[in-house]
Amino acid sequence: MLKLPIYLDHNATTPMDPRVLEAMIPYFVENFGNAASRNHSFGWHAEEAVDYAREQVAQLIGADPKEIIFTSGATEGDNLGIKGVYEMYASKGNHIITCTTEHKAVLDTCKHLEKSGAEVTYLEVQPDGLIDLKQLEAAMKPTTILVAIMYANNEIGVVQPVKEIAAIAKKHGALFFTDGVQAVGKIPVDVIADGIDIMAFTAHKMYGPKGVGALYVRRKNPRVKVTAQLDGGGHERGMRSGTLNVPGIVGFGKACELARLEMAADTERISKLRDKLENALKQIDESYVNGNPAHRLPHVSNISFKYVEGEGLMMGFNKDIALSSGSACTSASLEPSYVLKALGLGDDLAHSSLRFGLGRYTTEEQIDFTIKAVTDTVLKLREMSPLWEMFKEGIDIDAIQWAHH
Amino acid sequence: MAYSDKVIDHYSNPKNVGTLDKASKSVGTGLVGAPECGDVMRLQIEVDQTTGVITDAKFKTFGCGSAIASSSLATEWLKGKTIDEAVKIDNMDLVEELNLPPVKIHCSVLAEDAIKAAINDFRVKNGLAELVFEQSHV
Repeated sequence: MLKLPIYLDHNATTPMDPRVLEAMIPYFVENFGNAASRNHSFGWHAEEAVDYAREQVAQLIGADPKEIIFTSGATEGDNLGIKGVYEMYASKGNHIITCTTEHKAVLDTCKHLEKSGAEVTYLEVQPDGLIDLKQLEAAMKPTTILVAIMYANNEIGVVQPVKEIAAIAKKHGALFFTDGVQAVGKIPVDVIADGIDIMAFTAHKMYGPKGVGALYVRRKNPRVKVTAQLDGGGHERGMRSGTLNVPGIVGFGKACELARLEMAADTERISKLRDKLENALKQIDESYVNGNPAHRLPHVSNISFKYVEGEGLMMGFNKDIALSSGSACTSASLEPSYVLKALGLGDDLAHSSLRFGLGRYTTEEQIDFTIKAVTDTVLKLREMSPLWEMFKEGIDIDAIQWAHH
Repeated sequence: MAYSDKVIDHYSNPKNVGTLDKASKSVGTGLVGAPECGDVMRLQIEVDQTTGVITDAKFKTFGCGSAIASSSLATEWLKGKTIDEAVKIDNMDLVEELNLPPVKIHCSVLAEDAIKAAINDFRVKNGLAELVFEQSHV
């Protein structure tokens, strides 16, 4: 029996793997010690658990355990990584390069730094969502201290050419920061092979608990330092003070271990389901897949169904299926997704998009149900859409002078 | 955000979806909104030219559930009203009936604008001056 509702919003968050929960449980009541308590066994147990988790996390991304700084999540990691570099390397320069499709935690951090004297270049992306390496090269300056480009995008799933970006940054003596939230645990990420200097990622996007993440900070070639953003006890090599979230960190470690061991099998199964879903929905007239299909996360599909509005579309099945839309009908601004607009999509297509994010527990039965529900609703709403009627009559909708509200 | 039962009902079983002959002199058509804003509403009325009574009303809407519900409800209210009564339909009446939250008030404004645009289209076709309306409550 198909159990409803179906969860297809795994880019927002993932359910916790029961094996992760099991690993965490002893660290709430029994082994509750503070990992910084050096003089008794409660503290030693906690520290041992954190050290083990640090190894599990490091192993997933090919890092040394000493290069893992535990944080409260990726928003903190993005802030610490970018602000920390800006402050630490102020004598070298003040220029940061990022791109327009970054997560708000990166964009707003850069905007914040602009107010205190940073110069920030926001690279445009190409229509497929990837940055243009020539533009990056051209934007590099002697004062560039940091290139901050995400590994994979949260809305459309495109995977940036990270190795090439890292090489360009290195050539010009700048550090390379990447927001790895959507990529780590889903596709192979290797900080050495990829040339990453600093990377933020988080547990809850990979079947771990919420409220815990990590910042990878390279220790060799080059040795990178970030200025702490929280003052306190000097935990995490002085880069992030605050009592460690021991159960969260234990769960994060377990989630990383499971991701490392099961990634290949998960990817094979999930990408087949994603392709089945996408191929079926592409059969609907005037539907468009957003983002480069070849350089994309295996579990994400972002599709625009022209002439129907995304939120109205979701209403047709949102009691049964949970997913996201690029439409922003609920926001006061009425602005659709800035990521889709950055691809050069018209507002109409941006408003008409759905993001499907599959996961470890997604079944073929759920995908079959989703294909039918989405197809039926698109067809039903098009019968109700004046734009669809105009399109069918051959009227050029873009040529109409719309009255703006 | 949860929708009210009335919005869900209009969305699931919209009343009066369709198209009237926009070339006919007895039909007024209002097309408002813009694809960029995520809402386009087309509302049409058919008017008995001797009595001024709206005998039929149809809509098609591109938009969220609240926009669809607002236009569906508007067509229901229009049928049987005279043109003079129809111009008095206020967007806040739609808000109240559908229990729309503040972020969705613009959907009701759009429906009110569509009614007025349809009435003016009908008036112009029949040699009458366009009515000038005050801004609706946003």
